[in-house]
Amino acid sequence: MSIGTEKTAESLQEIRDLIAKHKRWDRIFIVIGLLCLMVGVLAFAALFLSMVWHGWERLTPEFFTSFPSRKAGQAGILSAWVGSVLVMLVTALAAVPLGVMAGVYLEEYAPKNWLTDIIEINVTNLAGVPSIVYGLLALGVFVYALGFGRSILSAGLTLALLILPVVIVATREAIRAIPVGIREGAYALGATKWQTTRDHIIPYSSAGILTGVIIGLARAIGETAPIITIGALTFIAFLPPPPLTDTFPFVSFEWLMAPFTVMPIQMFNWVSRPEEAFQVNAAAAGIVLVVMTLLMNGLAIWLRYRLRKNLKW
Amino acid sequence: MGNGTTIVNETHTPASVRGPAVAPSHLRRRASTRIKEKLIETALFFAALSSVLTTIAIVVVLVEESLLFFEHVPIWDFISGTEWTPLFDNPKYGILPLLMGTLVTSSIALCVAVPMGTIIAIYLSEFAGFRAREIAKPFLELLAGIPTVVYGYFALLFVTPILQLLLPNLPGFNMLSAGLVMGIMIVPYVSSICEDAMRAVPMGLREGSFAMGATRLQTASNVVVPAAFSGIAAAYILGISRAVGETMVLAIAAGNQPNFTLNPMEPAQTITAYIVAVSLGDLPHGGVGYQTIFAAGLTLLLMTLGFNIGGHWLRRKYREAY
Repeated sequence: MSIGTEKTAESLQEIRDLIAKHKRWDRIFIVIGLLCLMVGVLAFAALFLSMVWHGWERLTPEFFTSFPSRKAGQAGILSAWVGSVLVMLVTALAAVPLGVMAGVYLEEYAPKNWLTDIIEINVTNLAGVPSIVYGLLALGVFVYALGFGRSILSAGLTLALLILPVVIVATREAIRAIPVGIREGAYALGATKWQTTRDHIIPYSSAGILTGVIIGLARAIGETAPIITIGALTFIAFLPPPPLTDTFPFVSFEWLMAPFTVMPIQMFNWVSRPEEAFQVNAAAAGIVLVVMTLLMNGLAIWLRYRLRKNLKW
Repeated sequence: MGNGTTIVNETHTPASVRGPAVAPSHLRRRASTRIKEKLIETALFFAALSSVLTTIAIVVVLVEESLLFFEHVPIWDFISGTEWTPLFDNPKYGILPLLMGTLVTSSIALCVAVPMGTIIAIYLSEFAGFRAREIAKPFLELLAGIPTVVYGYFALLFVTPILQLLLPNLPGFNMLSAGLVMGIMIVPYVSSICEDAMRAVPMGLREGSFAMGATRLQTASNVVVPAAFSGIAAAYILGISRAVGETMVLAIAAGNQPNFTLNPMEPAQTITAYIVAVSLGDLPHGGVGYQTIFAAGLTLLLMTLGFNIGGHWLRRKYREAY
């Protein structure tokens, strides 16, 4: 009898040791996991702080109001940020209607057939195409075949194609969250499909769509490779013609065809110069660029967070 | 609701007057409304079709220019040549050096991104509390949104100098630091897709494992990861596609010299960096030099397409249905 108890005690101890051992591994893994997260945090901190360290002193108001120059100390990002804003304008005007319409079609209208399947698979695959390939597409189609040249219009349309999958996917997800009852209610009152879509589906999904659009634009504003491929110039010391004129008809679309540069290209140009003074400029431009994309992405995340909190069907 | 409403409020008409079971004319939708509905549907359809047109245009442009290129250069020389000097007086068109650069930098990036991404995903999905996850996920998303040109600056002017302290012989441009930074850059993509896949594993599987006395780590590695394998594989494939298609980090930090080597401590050029380097110069439209970037782009597209198809196949093969 006493031997049996001893044995039980022994094996009990064994089991406890085993449990302790496995629990130890659990704790070790938690440490490793936190370390990995820390590496991410530290990398981001190092990236941002090293730019602030180098570029802070260049972030004066003149930096935003001067053209690039051969003298690093006088160079600024005026043409770059104006170019970025104008390109984003074209991108948004092209990508948002097209993407939302495509999303609405796929979610609300599309019949279940092979064509719809192809469109869906295609949207998924387009999201995985490297951005520089879009640049080659634009070089062949927008710059040469359609003759838009190396203009703001070409760049804006290129980036619009690039973020189209993002807008489509965001639209579809936002629409999918709307319960069927809303549609049935509208149909029961005699609304047509388009009336239902226009008056209910699109308004109710607009916050979700907006989130996707902002994320897409934040990606587009930092995108460099496709714009280099279509041949944006790196040294632009003038602004595109203004969209508003003082003579009739008061609006001008000449700016669409103007040569341009954008923020990431300006930064790339400065980074690739060997002189230290230009790399300081690159750091300053980098701060502006990172803060811009962080603000846009942050806005999108906040919007989505609020949406999840407030929206209870 | 407004203007398009077609059902007019009318005084009641007895059914006997109405005759057969056809809606009376004032209750039927107006022809103009029907046409408008159809037109809108068609417009929406063409918007959706535009994405297909984009794909077709990509393929047509790349293949068309590449075919012109292959009229000048035998395809076998392109695939097997070990020298890439298209802009020299005596041009050689062997894609292998560029391919090698792409493979070396992508491998380094994956050596960073796959373990880190997986560990972070397991940690967030199986260990972390609700609050930690709510903070970490948006942060990773922000990290993924930083422009790649900024990561290029980071690689060239921050990581390389630090690596040079450890490895004094490291040149200013090298594949190692570009690859490492690219890896850090890809971590958020890999971890977020991995985590989604793991969270989709039903709770019952975990509970069963816990009931058998398994710890969290045992459950994660023996139950959750195998169950989520198809999604995790998809995340890795996406990571590979990102690494292969990444441009700016490599154009800035890896050096722009085609180099047929497997040594990550040397500078080299990737397919993407070559396209950027050529586009920065002013190449005349239509020459062989101009066509090379399309041939390089086609190679790149075929590579990512291959990975994507592989990923699709993996996902099919290992999909677990619950």
